[in-house]
Amino acid sequence: MRAAPWRQWSAQILAILRLDIKKNFLSRRGLWVYLLAFAPALLFGGHSLMMLRHERTCDLGRDSLIFAGVFQFFFLRLGVFFGCVGVFMKLFRGEMLEKSLHYYLLTPVRREVLLAGKYLAGVITTAVIFCTSTALCFGLLLWHFHPAIVQQYLFEGGGLGHLIAYVGTTALACVGYGGVFLMMSFLFRNPIIPAAIVLVWESLNPFLPALLKKLSVIFYLQSLCPVEAPVRGDFAFLAVLTQPTPAYLAIPGLLLVTVASLYLAARRVRTLEISYGAE
Amino acid sequence: MSGPEREIVFENVSKFYGEVLGVNRVNLSIPPGITSLVGPNGSGKTTLMNLMTGLLRPSQGAIRVLGVSPQQPETMFRFVGYCTQYDSFPRGMTGYQFVYSFLRLHGKAHAEAHDMAWHALERVTMTDAAHRKVAAYSKGMRQRIKLAQAIAHWPTVLVLDEPLNGLDPLVRAETIALFRTLAEEGLHVIISSHILHEVDAISDQVILLSSGYVVAEGQIHGVRTEVEEHPMQILIRCNHPSTLASRIFELDSVVEARVHNDGKGLLVRTRDPDRFYLLLNRLVIDGVDLESVAPADDDVHSVYEYLIGPDGGSI
Repeated sequence: MRAAPWRQWSAQILAILRLDIKKNFLSRRGLWVYLLAFAPALLFGGHSLMMLRHERTCDLGRDSLIFAGVFQFFFLRLGVFFGCVGVFMKLFRGEMLEKSLHYYLLTPVRREVLLAGKYLAGVITTAVIFCTSTALCFGLLLWHFHPAIVQQYLFEGGGLGHLIAYVGTTALACVGYGGVFLMMSFLFRNPIIPAAIVLVWESLNPFLPALLKKLSVIFYLQSLCPVEAPVRGDFAFLAVLTQPTPAYLAIPGLLLVTVASLYLAARRVRTLEISYGAE
Repeated sequence: MSGPEREIVFENVSKFYGEVLGVNRVNLSIPPGITSLVGPNGSGKTTLMNLMTGLLRPSQGAIRVLGVSPQQPETMFRFVGYCTQYDSFPRGMTGYQFVYSFLRLHGKAHAEAHDMAWHALERVTMTDAAHRKVAAYSKGMRQRIKLAQAIAHWPTVLVLDEPLNGLDPLVRAETIALFRTLAEEGLHVIISSHILHEVDAISDQVILLSSGYVVAEGQIHGVRTEVEEHPMQILIRCNHPSTLASRIFELDSVVEARVHNDGKGLLVRTRDPDRFYLLLNRLVIDGVDLESVAPADDDVHSVYEYLIGPDGGSI
């Protein structure tokens, strides 16, 4: 009987991570992902700087509501979303465009293991970039407050819990969007099309019936956010209000969406052909 | 291992790109040794190699490489290496990193991958440039580093798509010698090439392709013999070609005898070379003085020209 291949697979996944993580982090074409991730830091940093200059402080409660709004409506829906488009759509499609994917396919690596390795490399890359940005933004938000207020907020007012929840939600966003966009990269050559499709679907989420809401990533992510972002605007009345899903359901729900996406991607990668001329 | 387990077998394999034909109804058994795929651009050489290595899937038919399906890369690439014609590399790597990194993908530990990478670099004489970026390599160096990557894990089947492209004459000779050594070690070496005289010099057998079809396969001499519509040409060097010409028409199978331009040779076209050589033996015994006898069109170039045509696409 053959020995379990887990040891071999994990060695191969580590080798893929070594190759791809460096490539993902240092790619010149990926510079815009950093800009996208750290743009909110400029906003919060600038705000705090202004407050410090004018020796003023804001209401922490109001600031945390603003942070919740920026996090949910800009950071998750645009920043992490498009960052994941840039990183995950490139994992296979980018290698196709650079005509270097065949080197991976000409090694004794199961195609599914290759998919797992590249996906993990994408998750690590995006999670490091966006989780760092989330933590940085949170820090910059509190920068201009007096240290005693910050300490009280973090350790007695639930601030630390909020920070952990935001960072965890960001990581889960990378996991979820990563799976979806990796799967999409096998269906579409042009990343704009799937990005637009998913963006429209995710944006319609507040207006969808409860059952359809669950077929998205943002639904679960919003449920995991520690502070509910205020929904205002002309169409706010169309939003279907549902109770936030508890974390013990939201996290498995998100992982289920991810696993389903990766399953579909694995089916495609098994029959993937190299035809660089068609790219 | 015996029979098909020692061969690369194509069973009624076709590949269509949409409505465009790649290869059609290919039946082949490729034994160990150097096998050359010869044909004009678009004849299906690269398609055949990509099918053999699982980069493409056949539209119909089945392929087995030493008994293993190309759809099982995890097994097949333990003993198969493929040097493709794509002149592209993962970004930012040195030659050593390129060979080493993909050995790690084979599951090799650091020390083993390091040793194997250096050994491969030595075999293609690239140790001096090993720590330079691949992007700064010349075309010939890129070709050699790809070859190093393909042979680094000691494959028993080596598939090489236009491996001599871009190599200068010295390196070309060294590389051909390396192929010979590998074939002598018992490897299957499958080469596609446009350079017919080199194919002729290095191949144990050839597969001639045209427009997606296998036109002929086997050892060059065997293939040449089967081309019956073109009688075999034999050049005989001697001092009295006219006398020789009058004697050789004893045989019905001799269709033409032409005195060479320099007056010291005879070019004979015969449908039965074996009987012709027997006649020559008799003539020598009878005292006819012959300097040399050599087939004039028993090579890949002639076979190619007879079977595929003088233009042969862009060859």
